[in-house]
Amino acid sequence: MTTSRTRVIEVDTLARVEGEGALTLRVRGEQLLGVEFRIFEPPRFFEAFLRGRDFREVPDITARICGICPIAYMMGASQALEDVCGVTVDGTLRVLRRLIYCGEWIESHVLHMFLLHLPDFLGVPDAVALAATHREAVTQALRVKKLGNEIMRAVGGREIHPVNLQLGGFYRAPERSRLAALLPEIAWSEAALRHLLDVLAALHFPAFEVDYEFMALRHPDEYAIDRGEQLVTSTGIAAPLSGYDALLTENHVRHSTALQSRRADTGTPVHLGPLARVNLNRAQLPAELQVLAEALGLPPDCRNPFKAILARGIEVLYALGEARRLIEAYREPATPAVTVEPRAGTGFGATEAPRGICYHRYAIDAGGQVLDAKIVAPTSVNQRQIEADLYRFAATRLALPDAELRHDCEQLIRNYDPCISCSTHFLDLRIEREPG
Amino acid sequence: MNTRSARNAQAPRRPRLAVWKFASCDGCQLSLLDCEDELLAVAEAVELAYFPEATSTVLPGPYDISLVEGSITTPHDRERIQQVRRQSKRLVTIGACATSGGIQALRNGRDVTEFARIVYARPEYIDTLATSTPIAAHVRVDHELRGCPIDKGQLLATLAALLHGRRPPLPSHSVCEACKRAGHVCVMVAHGTPCLGPVTQTGCGALCPGCARGCYGCFGPKETPNTAALSAHLAALGMDDAARRRLYQTFNAGAEAFRKAGDA
Ligand code: SF4
Repeated sequence: MTTSRTRVIEVDTLARVEGEGALTLRVRGEQLLGVEFRIFEPPRFFEAFLRGRDFREVPDITARICGICPIAYMMGASQALEDVCGVTVDGTLRVLRRLIYCGEWIESHVLHMFLLHLPDFLGVPDAVALAATHREAVTQALRVKKLGNEIMRAVGGREIHPVNLQLGGFYRAPERSRLAALLPEIAWSEAALRHLLDVLAALHFPAFEVDYEFMALRHPDEYAIDRGEQLVTSTGIAAPLSGYDALLTENHVRHSTALQSRRADTGTPVHLGPLARVNLNRAQLPAELQVLAEALGLPPDCRNPFKAILARGIEVLYALGEARRLIEAYREPATPAVTVEPRAGTGFGATEAPRGICYHRYAIDAGGQVLDAKIVAPTSVNQRQIEADLYRFAATRLALPDAELRHDCEQLIRNYDPCISCSTHFLDLRIEREPG
Repeated sequence: MNTRSARNAQAPRRPRLAVWKFASCDGCQLSLLDCEDELLAVAEAVELAYFPEATSTVLPGPYDISLVEGSITTPHDRERIQQVRRQSKRLVTIGACATSGGIQALRNGRDVTEFARIVYARPEYIDTLATSTPIAAHVRVDHELRGCPIDKGQLLATLAALLHGRRPPLPSHSVCEACKRAGHVCVMVAHGTPCLGPVTQTGCGALCPGCARGCYGCFGPKETPNTAALSAHLAALGMDDAARRRLYQTFNAGAEAFRKAGDA
């Protein structure tokens, strides 16, 4: 390859991500000068127009931040506002919350693994092309994805922007028979997924490891999904949710309409999401899944981001098992929600969205009017980590032809399942080669 | 890199489908991927020529059917929608963002510079319009699917109709009528719960009353809605002006009838 010419390689729109964004690699000769992962989502100003709304209206509004993970935005907001008002949702209502969150994990993870990410590994443009060679795998994956949506519909009334959730719980508790009817399909999905995981384990994973600082929520009694009590990192930090703002700060960079988060003290990125969770909370997975993870090629402390697809697979299996357990234990509650009376103050909420911690903080007055809101999407935290990964990854591959380099970089970005809609708009991938 | 796959090169000419995104949450286009039972059949009936959320294939226009999600909120998007229109034979807007400006139309009539300051540390980096406007405010729209999000059944029925050269079968009556037909207990009569069902266009299947809560109007106003009568009823239930404004002005805040009813 000649290194004495400026080379510009462009992908107008990075495909198979939720939302749109852009990437520029600037190359001179064999040297990588800079990496910019740009997010151009037109700002939608949620934090601004939440001010002045009644606190009970917040979850239905924040749901609209993201159509892929509305539960994360509804539940984080609900818990933060319940925190202000001194309410904890427990017992059967908590069971339903965890159940609908399992539905979201199943739907979102399977969508990403099989429809968006697997095509990268097999070198095809999409799941439709994949179906030409792997029809059975694609139809099975679609059926598992559908089950995730059915769980969300059974508990929440609809799969995208469910209508049945409110502060304190639900509007109407689902009938036991409606949930129990899902059990056979859950059993089928668990079996199908084990088979699908074998397909994934046989993929080729680029040899690439990063010394990440992982961060996840932790709950003392269970693998954290719908709530947690601490923010923990692989460097040994353990902080309460109210310590989030001291741990991570948001930085507004010119190339992005999403605010980028990083460690407040060191300025370094952190890695959120399935790989972080499986590493940090591994001991809380059933022993059988820990063994399976290892057998699939996901050992403890795995630092290869390409293996996030395997971590998602383990989490889908876990969520299916949880859904089964929760439905079997479910008894219709006496009331669908506990009462939440407003009181003045500030509250914190965080859940593990499919892509990582989704953080909410609200201040309300004694009448329940929202005074201030702060919401941090996991992708705005991972955005900085993605840039750091790209820098390191691309630097070792500059000798590759542009098309291959571009493909590999896109695949690397998709490891994070970036949900750019939560904050963004236009992803076009550009490699600029300057004269060396 | 825009791969043109073998299937596209060999197949006979199928109608080209494009899916475009403007300011939105992606939920409406996700509805298409949520048609798990029909997805592969749809992908065989049409050529997925442009749908970045699902495929890296990009085929050039003109497109037989363009689905447009999202509202216009930036100078760049105001230009882009013109290009989309020029390349599209049939343009169908999908969802509240595209049909009324969506929830982000809550900025309309407010100080958008102040909004940017609340959210962003460096508001000068933000390039945004003062309003969020529906697609039809900029270009001709052939059909519109309401909802936040749209209904999958309506989406599939619309695609099927367009592929057969028919008009999409989109009913225009109210959620209230659908609710009665579904046999739900009326939340307003039985429990005094405020409900936008009488003035909201049907299509969702009266989901909210089915969950014992009032309709929040995510399908937008029906044709000639009697908002005055509903507002009088809401006042009789004890709802104050501020609460009534918020009820009308959330997911379709920019829809004329709801905007007026809220401001009245
Ligand atoms: S209409 Fe609602 S569901 Fe559809 S894209 Fe807009 S915010 Fe999302």
